[in-house]
Amino acid sequence: MAAIKINVNGSSYSTDVEPDTPLLYVLQNDLKLNGPKFGCGLAQCGACTVLLDGKPIRSCVTPMSMADGHEVTTIDGLGTVDNPHPIQTAFITEQAMHCGFCISGPMLYGKAFIDKTPNATEADITKALNGLLCRCYAHTRMIQALVRYAKESA
Amino acid sequence: MKSTGASRREFLRSAGVLIVGFSMAGENGKLAAQNTISPAGLVDATQVDSWITIGADEMITIYSGKVEFGQGFSTVQTQLVAEELSVPFNRVKVIFGDTGLTPDQGVTSGSQSTVTEFKPGGLRQAVDTARDALFQLASQQLNVPTSELTVKDGVFSVNGQDPAGHVSYGQLLQGQRFNLTLNSKTVPKDPSQYTVLGTSVQRIDLAAKATGQFQYVQHVRLPGMLQGKVVRPPAIGATVVSVDKGSVASLPGSVQVVVKKDFVGVVADTEWHAIQAAKALVVTWSSGATLPDQSNLYAWMQQQRSLDSFTVDSGDTDQTLVQAVRKVTAQYLHPFQMHGALASSCAVADVRGGSGSSAMARIWSATQGVYPQRDSVALLLGIPPANVRVTFVEGSGCYGCNGNDMVSFDAALLSQAVGQPVRVQYSRKDEMAAGESYGPAYVVNLTAGVDRSGQITVWTREAWTLTKGDRPNATTPGNIISGALAGFPTPPLVPTAATPPKTFSNNVNAAANYVTGVVAANPPGGTGTVASQQVLTHTVASPFFTAPLRSPDRLQNTFANESFMDEVAAAMAADPVQYRLRHLSDPRLIAVLNAAAKAANWDTRPSPKPGNARTGVVTGRGVSCVLYEGNNGYSAMVAEVSVDQATGVITVTRIVTSQDSGPVSNPDGLRNQMEGGALQGMSRALHEEVKWNADSSAITSIDWKTYPVFSFGDPLPVIETVVLNPLTVPQMGAGECTITIAAAAIGNAVFDATSARLRRIPFTPANVLAALAARP
Repeated sequence: MAAIKINVNGSSYSTDVEPDTPLLYVLQNDLKLNGPKFGCGLAQCGACTVLLDGKPIRSCVTPMSMADGHEVTTIDGLGTVDNPHPIQTAFITEQAMHCGFCISGPMLYGKAFIDKTPNATEADITKALNGLLCRCYAHTRMIQALVRYAKESA
Repeated sequence: MKSTGASRREFLRSAGVLIVGFSMAGENGKLAAQNTISPAGLVDATQVDSWITIGADEMITIYSGKVEFGQGFSTVQTQLVAEELSVPFNRVKVIFGDTGLTPDQGVTSGSQSTVTEFKPGGLRQAVDTARDALFQLASQQLNVPTSELTVKDGVFSVNGQDPAGHVSYGQLLQGQRFNLTLNSKTVPKDPSQYTVLGTSVQRIDLAAKATGQFQYVQHVRLPGMLQGKVVRPPAIGATVVSVDKGSVASLPGSVQVVVKKDFVGVVADTEWHAIQAAKALVVTWSSGATLPDQSNLYAWMQQQRSLDSFTVDSGDTDQTLVQAVRKVTAQYLHPFQMHGALASSCAVADVRGGSGSSAMARIWSATQGVYPQRDSVALLLGIPPANVRVTFVEGSGCYGCNGNDMVSFDAALLSQAVGQPVRVQYSRKDEMAAGESYGPAYVVNLTAGVDRSGQITVWTREAWTLTKGDRPNATTPGNIISGALAGFPTPPLVPTAATPPKTFSNNVNAAANYVTGVVAANPPGGTGTVASQQVLTHTVASPFFTAPLRSPDRLQNTFANESFMDEVAAAMAADPVQYRLRHLSDPRLIAVLNAAAKAANWDTRPSPKPGNARTGVVTGRGVSCVLYEGNNGYSAMVAEVSVDQATGVITVTRIVTSQDSGPVSNPDGLRNQMEGGALQGMSRALHEEVKWNADSSAITSIDWKTYPVFSFGDPLPVIETVVLNPLTVPQMGAGECTITIAAAAIGNAVFDATSARLRRIPFTPANVLAALAARP
């Protein structure tokens, strides 16, 4: 079995798992990252979202073969408690969570959209989150956090 | 059987393998040594040392039985301790939910956490007892009466004296225990003096959650841990005929198959290998149980033998109904709904030594109650409760008793069988079809009689609901799906006739806000004025396991009661707010209702809205209110909707909601809960219904496509919250108020817009179109 190489949050990893192994299990169980989470395993909720070469994807249905040779960014890689990324600061400032389990979805879909869409409106941002789930329903605050991030990064 | 390699005490005490939550790293073991643990593994909640330790480093550690699900309660607990002890917020750490470490405070549920911790016997009293003891110690050390001491940031000083005359908590205690019993005579700080409580302190957990550093139960990683998957019956009630273990023999991952009666699972080295083994394992199942047809559920419920109970019965409703000049009658239907937590449930168990008195188990679980789970798992595994330690680790929001207990049982069964630590992560289908217990369906029949002046004089309610299983307890694990599969009988419902109630307990909001709640010779317990009243509930055996789902029963009942009050108001051509006010007696319920109406700029007039066309898109407003559980939080809501009468699609455009839960611990945290509750209530009202196929005996709501919910991209209403903050009353619950009243507020707004009364949840386009077609 040929080794699969991925770059995760700036560091290179090589692994010999089966190529159909979903990326999420490697990130969570092998690399011990807590950011991307298992919600449904069906690409229906977004809790497992990571950026693959900057684009948000659902790591629960992305086989390792598709991630081979690519750059993966998780919310763990954006910033830390002591030095959070501006989008993380926006979510903290707006207290835009209850349990926080879904956060990879709204944060990374929001970030990817806002970073490539200068002057994104609230309506645009809301649309960019289409289909993501937050069952605590912190929707209003998450939108506010993303609007704040959009303004601050404009 | 694997050798334990550690003493019982070490195994049960060891925390080093796992950092439980980001905020409690490292010091767990050291501080835990100060706790009082009985040989039975119980923490003595009457002892101050069971609740609080103060280190020589001035760090304060709190041990609490009330846990964090994202509702922000760990932050409130931290505020409470910082407030009562006059220490900086960041000097307090809270460890919660760990048998053998924290006091047994039952389950974290029912919006009872704030109530419990602030009332006698709770965290506040423990901390205040400690504070008083520190004052005594400082008095001795500094040689002045306590009345001359002031304390700031955990340092005592003598009034007006030089700064050298200081001593800190840590210096006074020098790492010693308090050795004190909780003192019922302690005086808590007056809420008017609060500087930490009552302020919008940021949640202590959100920075770690926002940066992916927070460790959920999904991230418990033990040395030698294997990955387990359950293989559930494809049909409700199906039993194992045979398991072909050979079907997975050639798969990678050192697959082990575990069968215990109808409990089937696999264990492998990695999660992906376990998933593939679970998929490949050939199990022959019997056919399933006979289920009622979904289309006939509500009639079926009314035909079953039932356990009956009165909430209130004044004994005269037959006569008063005859005397009424007008009667209004309606039936409300509520389906089974799911918790539908975002995380499919997950747990880790490490069971050593099989079963019996020398076996031991540790479980990491997002359960609502570590002690009830411990007692039930002990029976499941055949291990003494004192040899089982359950440690709470936060999962995703659970909204009640979802799959978190079941998956913990599954992990325990698998770990016991293979003798190694096992993590079980449910699939979405495991969770929805055979993992979680549902919130039960309801049929509610309501009748009101009105006198010549338009006043309601009599209110009767007869309802049917279902039950099976419920929460873990110390009696049997057979009431939990996994325990039942493993062969423990599920306690049957015992049909029983109703007897007259002795006290008025409206804890499931069966009685409407508008009755007096007078039972026997007792004073009124209700919030209303209607004295002729009968409230009867029939509970029947459920085909599915059920358990508390956020605002359990209270939501279903309040949907019926508050929609019906709107019907009566409309029949009397009265404004819905004014008509409610005419029948309310409780000043705080009146106040929240007025507050919501005022903030919404309520348009005072009867419903339906004059001039609305019967076609096209129309708008309307509706109201509802409740005293949650009859004594645990006041809330009112105004919803504004637009309804497309061609498609039946409801869009909620604005929600204004008010709440009075007594002194507010964290205003922004409360608003966050109110907002989330309102939207979750909207999701349950508009979208959510568990579905099944009676022909195959199978649940067909197995993922987010087949159990649709409100999601991002759906139109988001503007939400406005109004927080009342009375300081001279006890704290009440806060987390389940707004969800309770959302469905009625929305349904009433739809009536206002369209003249169509929605009496059946969910308000899907099909159900709305049916109601529109039924308009006179």
